[in-house]
Amino acid sequence: MSILIDRNTRVLCQGITGRAGQFHTKHCREYGTQIVGGVTPGRGGQTIEGAPVFDTVAEAVEKTGADATMIFVPPPFAADAILEAAAAGIRVIVAITEGIPVIDMVRAMQVVRRSNSVLIGPNCPGVITVDECKIGIMPGYIHRRGPIGVISRSGTLTYEAVWQLSNVGLGQSTCVGLGGDPIVGTSFVDLLRMFQDDPATEGILVIGEIGGSAEEEAAAFVAQHVSKPVAAFIAGRTAPPGKRMGHAGAIISGGKGTAAEKIAALEAAGILVAESPAEMGATMKLAIEKRA
Amino acid sequence: MKIHEYQAKQIFREAGVAVPNGIVADTPQAVGEAFSSLGGKIAVVKSQIHAGGRGKGTIIEVPGQRGVQLVRSRDEAETVAANLLGHRLVTIQTGPEGKAVHHVLVEAACTIAHEFYLAVVVDRAAGSPVLIASREGGVEIEHVAATTPERIFTEPFDPHCGLRPYQIRKLAWQLGLPQESLHAAESFMCALACLFLRHDCSLLEINPLALTADNQLLALDAKMIFDDNALFRHRKLSNLRDLAEEEPAEVRAGEAGLSYVRLQGNIGCLVNGAGLAMSTMDLIKLHGGEPANFLDVGGGANVQQVTEALRILISDKNVRAVLVNIFGGIMQCTTIAQALIEAYNALHFTVPLVVRLEGTEVEQGCRILADSALNIITASDLTDAAKKVVAAAKATAATEKS
Repeated sequence: MSILIDRNTRVLCQGITGRAGQFHTKHCREYGTQIVGGVTPGRGGQTIEGAPVFDTVAEAVEKTGADATMIFVPPPFAADAILEAAAAGIRVIVAITEGIPVIDMVRAMQVVRRSNSVLIGPNCPGVITVDECKIGIMPGYIHRRGPIGVISRSGTLTYEAVWQLSNVGLGQSTCVGLGGDPIVGTSFVDLLRMFQDDPATEGILVIGEIGGSAEEEAAAFVAQHVSKPVAAFIAGRTAPPGKRMGHAGAIISGGKGTAAEKIAALEAAGILVAESPAEMGATMKLAIEKRA
Repeated sequence: MKIHEYQAKQIFREAGVAVPNGIVADTPQAVGEAFSSLGGKIAVVKSQIHAGGRGKGTIIEVPGQRGVQLVRSRDEAETVAANLLGHRLVTIQTGPEGKAVHHVLVEAACTIAHEFYLAVVVDRAAGSPVLIASREGGVEIEHVAATTPERIFTEPFDPHCGLRPYQIRKLAWQLGLPQESLHAAESFMCALACLFLRHDCSLLEINPLALTADNQLLALDAKMIFDDNALFRHRKLSNLRDLAEEEPAEVRAGEAGLSYVRLQGNIGCLVNGAGLAMSTMDLIKLHGGEPANFLDVGGGANVQQVTEALRILISDKNVRAVLVNIFGGIMQCTTIAQALIEAYNALHFTVPLVVRLEGTEVEQGCRILADSALNIITASDLTDAAKKVVAAAKATAATEKS
């Protein structure tokens, strides 16, 4: 078991004829992901990395039975690509694209929320169920199969965390990058619920950062509904207010969204919070040992 | 992207959001003429900088001169303008060095019955645009939110339909607006919500919003911030950017495709990924150092970007040591190692450089650095890197003192 995706997931790549789409299609396939096709409007009939290219997502779904997609479409057209995937009934939509206008996402989410699709991202590294299916841009080889679910708003910081987990002997079940934008499809709470219900997951590592209130909502949810050990790290203790720290969503505005507030909320919910980014793996281990 | 108040008010005017009559000027003489053409009785002279708190802010060179001032004669208008223009205004948001005033806005004063607060933002948790309003205008809204949150009203609205008249009537009632002003409130707020959506704003703020003696609503201030990611479809708005208001190193970094924020410390850092870059700053602080910046070179940085990044770091006069922290995923450690060596050779590097590599092709990357015979300190993990760079920065600073 795992969450969201597994060895049976049939994956499309929207934007497969672009440089990034093609590159990552190759790497996902090498990891073992079932890439069943790609979509680029006007490029139907071609073959990229052994995958047939279609003009529309609907046609791709009809011909391949795809139930997941990863989106590498450029920002001006990415929200449309998400909506097209949702309209075609894709179950898991993973949007890697960085730089989608916020209003586009606000509008797209109104539709996605009413659909049966789960949107991961945008501006995220993707999702990986270790040794089964990788949908995204993370380096597959750093992961080890095991009992930890990882949820993060970041990219390389997630790789760092996974690396540390593997080094302390804690493998991972599924790792999910939520994305660094202000409006993302899936929250910590949605995934905490899935990991709590997943028999293969025994502990959950939450990696948050400044901006918004998703970590506070996660803390409240953990206190009420999560019985598995949870550890956390929050990036941006030293970030100045009013400045965007790389991610469009990483900004302390109106004095809200500070690391201190988030850490306090997580600790109040009984979650162990790593003080140093070098101790994410060790803190997860401690959380599990404490519970044992 | 931020713009000036006078630019925002021009956009407001064109969109049907009422603002006072005003003229922007950049010389005392032009301010005097503006005063006369606005009626010549009473006006407000407002410094135009990208920072809040101007009314309480003071001019460094002219102690006692505030950033915003009421004037009652042409002479007074010109004197105030001379005090402001070309001088630096310090407010709670500018830092002690302040910001230079290059333009002032001269505005006709009006009779105010009450001052309100009005803003539009995207509510991240709800995933929806929301209008925020309060009777407590002209003060810091953060303070109102902290002390009397019940005095702040929020009205989420549909991103397709905009703010509906029934929502505005509800807000008007909550705010205690007189019945006679309802019509003005409807057109004002409806236009504002529409403006927010049409121009891809990330913030629209009016503080204060005036209810005038004749029951009109008037935006006495105007703050607009645009979503940088949407500027590609707003060419005209992009022209409103004022580079003089921005940190030069941040502008340079942006042109090179780097994400850089300057801070006050003395340890420069170069990292791939925003989350890891923030964490690296935190780590430096945790080990007793102070980060000089946030810098994310992104996922696919090339030699040019790494060179430009290091150039920006060492051009910061405060920097006493540099930490490079890379977790190679898509970006291979060998690529970054070669880029570092090229950059190191191309630049005149006088401060210690600590490098921590992990991830894809890490052994080969570390070997490239070791074989280079350059004075690069390598670190085995995050903690080791932080300790080494903090020690190196202290050593550099100590050498300078002795």
